[in-house]
Amino acid sequence: MTDQPRLTTGQTVTIRRPARPPAAAAGEPPETAIAIDALSVWYGKVLAINQVTMSIPERRVTALIGPSGCGKSTLIRCLNRLNDLIEGLRITGRILLHGQEIFDPLLDVIELRKRVGMVFQKSNPFPKSIYDNVAYGLRVNGEQRRVVLDRVVEDSLKRAALWDEVKDRLRTNALRLSGGQQQRLCIARAIAIEPEVLLLDEPCSALDPIATAKIEELLYVLKERYTIVIVTHNMQQAARVSDVTGFLLMGQLVEFDATEKLFTTPRDPRTEAYITGRFG
Amino acid sequence: MRPRLNLTSGRIDPERPSTLLRTLILSWSKDERSRRVTPRRVVSQLPIQLTGCMLAIALLMIVGLMGLILCQGLGTFWPQPLWELTTSDQGRYLGLVHRREPIPADDHAQGARAQRTLYRIGNRDVYETDFVWINDQHILTQSRPTEAVVVERLEWGPWYGFISDVKTPEGTVSGNREQVWAALLRQRPSARQRTRVIRRIERRIIGDLNDEVEQHRLAIRRLELRGRLDTPTEQRQLQRHQHAIKVLEQRYARIADSLGQQRAQDQAYRVVLTSIDGRQKELPISAIVRIHQPNRLSWCGRVAVYADRLREFVFDPPREANTEGGVAPAVFGTVLMTLLMSVAVVPLGVLGALCLHEYAKQGPLVSGVRIAVNNLAGVPSIVFGVFGLGFFCYLIGGTIDRFVFPERLPTPTFGGGSILWASLTLALMTVPVIIVATEEALAAVPNGLREASLACGASKFQTVWRVVLPAAIPGVLTGTILAMARGAGEVAPLMITGVVKLAPTMPLDHLWPFIHLERKFMHLGFHIYDVGYQSTNIEASKAMVYMTTLLLLGIVVCLNVTAMRIRGQWRQRFHSADV
Repeated sequence: MTDQPRLTTGQTVTIRRPARPPAAAAGEPPETAIAIDALSVWYGKVLAINQVTMSIPERRVTALIGPSGCGKSTLIRCLNRLNDLIEGLRITGRILLHGQEIFDPLLDVIELRKRVGMVFQKSNPFPKSIYDNVAYGLRVNGEQRRVVLDRVVEDSLKRAALWDEVKDRLRTNALRLSGGQQQRLCIARAIAIEPEVLLLDEPCSALDPIATAKIEELLYVLKERYTIVIVTHNMQQAARVSDVTGFLLMGQLVEFDATEKLFTTPRDPRTEAYITGRFG
Repeated sequence: MRPRLNLTSGRIDPERPSTLLRTLILSWSKDERSRRVTPRRVVSQLPIQLTGCMLAIALLMIVGLMGLILCQGLGTFWPQPLWELTTSDQGRYLGLVHRREPIPADDHAQGARAQRTLYRIGNRDVYETDFVWINDQHILTQSRPTEAVVVERLEWGPWYGFISDVKTPEGTVSGNREQVWAALLRQRPSARQRTRVIRRIERRIIGDLNDEVEQHRLAIRRLELRGRLDTPTEQRQLQRHQHAIKVLEQRYARIADSLGQQRAQDQAYRVVLTSIDGRQKELPISAIVRIHQPNRLSWCGRVAVYADRLREFVFDPPREANTEGGVAPAVFGTVLMTLLMSVAVVPLGVLGALCLHEYAKQGPLVSGVRIAVNNLAGVPSIVFGVFGLGFFCYLIGGTIDRFVFPERLPTPTFGGGSILWASLTLALMTVPVIIVATEEALAAVPNGLREASLACGASKFQTVWRVVLPAAIPGVLTGTILAMARGAGEVAPLMITGVVKLAPTMPLDHLWPFIHLERKFMHLGFHIYDVGYQSTNIEASKAMVYMTTLLLLGIVVCLNVTAMRIRGQWRQRFHSADV
């Protein structure tokens, strides 16, 4: 851990959206967007995440790989506190989003989720029109102005590389889109509220290779604006899209390093065994 | 021709609904079984055959019930020929064939083959009975006189006989039956017009006048209840109301006077009816509801009579202690009550289910509530009626009366049975149906939708309101359909919370505030009970019972089809082209 985050005491709970510094020049170490510090998660008595410490760099793609049940999804869902819904869940440790403790009891979890968007494994558009899907995040935040909504919907769909395919049928039901389009719609919905971080939980596992390739290209573009955390089963995907990769095994972070390094010269024999396909 | 069964799953191919029936037929046809079906297959198909049997039994019950109701009900209004009979004991009768049956065995007459027929001979006012049994072998002559007339009257039921005179202020037509008939037909339109005018005065003008007088009387009573009548303003108000009543009473006297004149004028147009045995009856022409010569009617004429009777049945109020006329107020009451009930029960049930499923922390308490709600569905409906009477009518209604309408006491306004309290009672009764259906629907909403909404920064309430509830609407509507079907057919709780045999006023009329939810109402279900079991002329009213049942079923089907349509539209929104 080279850039240890400064841990604040959690006194300040006002939402600070830090002014974005210009993208770090190549070679310069990126800033930390999310700092995870000794995070442990229990489902009842079962330990799902064991003392994970990592720092997720700003405006980079961070991939989390590991075999099924290793805690990747649990970890990523801690980042926007979606795990709060699960009964019997217990969390220790800290997560700092731009230096701000997200488990602070005074923190407004709704504000947090606006800052940390998420795309799920199974594409889950609302049974509404394409337009209403993308505008949903704005509308629940009280945005009513037609002009603003129109602009954001168009903008988000363009950034999700879906605009050209759907611009003539924004009023049709989103469920009529193909699987890959639905997943891109979910991305558009997530980025419509301008989050700082975008979490993707195995976004391509249900898609065919062409749709997968489209999403991967999209991630490449999106990382210029957002910090992206992607959970994936597919090691090639991790190698292709990510800048930093973490390997999780049995709830422990075995190795966390630049993708290139992790895939070519893994330090830990377990990582090597996994990426060469000897287990998992 | 083997039934297409999917033996691995034990299900019958859903693409081919006819296979179910074919399975049934094949499983019972002997040669098919001996030729193809091995014992092992019989055993393996046994559960499938059982499902087929159960379906067949259910179908048979539905078809049988519907068939009985349709046959008995729809034939009622068809004009039947009038038979003139002379019997061996010198009797002369004119009537319709009502029912035939073999003479019961203990009637020692002519062996088992002998038949007897129940004739409806009408003329209740002179014969004192509507029906007579005549043994077929006692009949000497039988004919269908063309001049025989069926006169449906406002009172005393139908008259079967002949028309001998038509008396008008201009003169009397008698003698030739053809001429008399033509004269009567000529007089009918003006008689109908006079009836309309008189009825308008009676119902609308006098009714409105009474209502106005009542308003002033209540205003005076209100002033009295306030207790201080000595201030000049109140004295002035009092005098104003008293004066208004006086003016209205004068107006009433004038109207009553003119009404009397109209009635006297109407009474001058009369018709003399003769029965087959020569007895006579004179009545005003306006007392005739419908008149036709059934033995002379062409096919078109019969259809016209049928249509007119049907129209009267559906759109007119009842006459003669509900055994004649129509059921319009009961139709209206049933529909309004069912809609009111739905309006009350759906929000109640949906909110309850939302609380139980989305908000409440699952635990023993919530499980207990859920069990209690489910058990509520098993409570006898009459118990709900008693509860409704005590809670809604007496407690809530009584309280409203005491504080809002004290001037009307001791006459209850909301403190008695009413369509509002009946609807709310039924709403309570059907709330478990909605809660159970809604909970099922909420459980079926994919968790991914909830998470997606929350991840967009929506609050829990926004998630439930904008995403979860719309997705559960089809399920809610299913519950509503079930609740409406149950509510529309329920009678027992209504009998003590607001249904009456004959409601003088409808819950909806032209007087402010137009919807009078505090009024009692009529209901088709209760109408069936009342006409079928409480009327003195059961044989004559049987047809009405069948028709009323048919109408009630029709209304339930209409309401359900409407709800299903809406549900279908909602469902379409959740269909995806490819997932």
